[in-house]
Amino acid sequence: MNFFRNQLDKVKPYAEKSKFLHTAYDAFETFLFTPKSVTPGTGAHIRDGLDLKRTMVTVVLALQLCLLFGIFNIGHQHFNAFGLYPGLTEGLGYKLLYGLLQILPMIVVVHVVGLGIEFYFASKRGHGVEEGFLVSGMLIPLIMPPDLPLWMVALSVAFAVVIAKEAFGGTGMNLMNIALTARVFVFFAYPTDISGDACWVSYDYNFLHHIFGLQHLTSGNVKDVVDGFSGATPLALAAKGGWEAVTKHYTVSQMFWGDIPGSVGEMCKPAIIVGALMLIITGIGSWQIMVSMILGLLTMGLVFNGYAATFPTTNQFLSVPFYYHLIIGSFLFAMAYMATDPVTAAQTATGKWLYGFFIGVVGMIVRVLNPAYPEGWMLAILFMNVFAPLIDHYVIEANIKRRLKRSHA
Amino acid sequence: MSQATETTTAVQEQKKDAWFSPKNRKLITDPIGDNNPITIQILGLCSALAVTTQLKPAIIMAIGVTIVTAFANLIISAMRNTIPNRIRMIVQLVVIAALVVIVDQLLRAFVYDVSKKLSVFIGLIITNCIVMGRLEAFAMANKPWPSFLDGIGNGLGYGAILVIIALLRESLGSGTILGYQIIPQAFYTAGYVNNGLMVTPAASMFIIAIIIWIQRSRNPKLVDIS
Repeated sequence: MNFFRNQLDKVKPYAEKSKFLHTAYDAFETFLFTPKSVTPGTGAHIRDGLDLKRTMVTVVLALQLCLLFGIFNIGHQHFNAFGLYPGLTEGLGYKLLYGLLQILPMIVVVHVVGLGIEFYFASKRGHGVEEGFLVSGMLIPLIMPPDLPLWMVALSVAFAVVIAKEAFGGTGMNLMNIALTARVFVFFAYPTDISGDACWVSYDYNFLHHIFGLQHLTSGNVKDVVDGFSGATPLALAAKGGWEAVTKHYTVSQMFWGDIPGSVGEMCKPAIIVGALMLIITGIGSWQIMVSMILGLLTMGLVFNGYAATFPTTNQFLSVPFYYHLIIGSFLFAMAYMATDPVTAAQTATGKWLYGFFIGVVGMIVRVLNPAYPEGWMLAILFMNVFAPLIDHYVIEANIKRRLKRSHA
Repeated sequence: MSQATETTTAVQEQKKDAWFSPKNRKLITDPIGDNNPITIQILGLCSALAVTTQLKPAIIMAIGVTIVTAFANLIISAMRNTIPNRIRMIVQLVVIAALVVIVDQLLRAFVYDVSKKLSVFIGLIITNCIVMGRLEAFAMANKPWPSFLDGIGNGLGYGAILVIIALLRESLGSGTILGYQIIPQAFYTAGYVNNGLMVTPAASMFIIAIIIWIQRSRNPKLVDIS
């Protein structure tokens, strides 16, 4: 700590002169040390230490388990694809190393680009740099496919930070979730790199193999993938052949524990549940949104099941048992970390229930009924983000009306 | 709109000007910059979204709108004292429609492929709010020559934005400009991929928004808080 203090003190005299340096100095000082200004001990203020910093850092901490499992799973799926180390713990070191080398550049790129833009805008506007981007910066690598080229990551982050955040006025003012905006940019701009069966397993990274002498293990060529390995996610399988096709490739426990291909952080359900509980207990994530989202999903799942049972249909996805929708795809991850974003979600209590429920409903509709989009939560959450202020508006109006009636009566 | 009415009164006061007096020149430069029909008055967005995937149709569209706006302004301004006020809209529409048909026929005769690509949008110049807006706001109250210049200015202002959007969309979305490959093949082999978002109409919304953002942050006078 003393080292950081000394470094900061060294920069301080320069920070007074340049606007940009001042912003940077301020950002690092408040990040590394407790700010001197605290709520005074007298008066009727709420004296809780829950500031923006603690809020954001709690979310980042809640994500660590997902990240850890994601790192392992990138390596695990990679070696599995080439028929190596089929056991979960076999070659654990190699798997972790491979995953780490795959995800670390992505995390670095996200933070350099995102924070760079954030520092630029903050210094131009005379704002402080808040910790808000650390959450987006942690979320973005977790919701991208492991093999996504880094320049696409950089471009999507730049787009999301400028268009979704800075255009609206920076931290806390954004209308739409930044991490999801980054993903939706990649999704529409470079669809071949983020959909289909080929992108969810990291296949080749010859450069890493040469550096660490791993080339004798795999040739790093997609052609050498073992027979029968498809890399298709449960969602893609369900869309093609219903639940039977899914269970042919993956067992339920595999899907629950996360031994499946997919975006980096979304697979391991227990890790997500632990993170979600952390958010609920600390009061940062709203449990109302999570519960109502599950309700929305189950309701829509039941409707689809009922429809498939009564009417003949060619869409086999409709007959996937509704409770299994919870463990396929990125539902839990989106529920725990994306929908509960306190800035973009509805603020009122009733509003939260409506907001969550409709995310569940819309997400299911996109997931099951639209063959072009394999997963719906990203689009559903962004869609409801836009409607959240409207929901709040009507909830408040209704409240005013109700109370007016009471006073007139 | 307030700026448009200001110019209207300013021009009415003048007695006799040279053909390209500073005031008249301002009629052309203003709509290209600080009174741009798309970015300041937010008119004509529909066609700005529709015809800007490639540069060629965008340029043709810009020329078409410039011609129609300029001559509609000229004709209506020449007729302005004889048009009964109650039916002025109908008269204006007849003039615009006639001009649009002429432009459409010319395109079909000389650049048939572009005309096919623009299809319905040439016909829809009739409904382009910029044309009608200039007639109402300017031509009905000014002499033919300033009105003609105003029409050219607004057409060019519209065209400038169209060309900027189309340049970005075509180069980033398809890697070409006017059909010529501008991104070398080496980039594609190295892993570069065309941006699919740029091909969708949503991209022009983003680009217009960014142009508006840049323009207003450079000139705070343009920011209207209403």
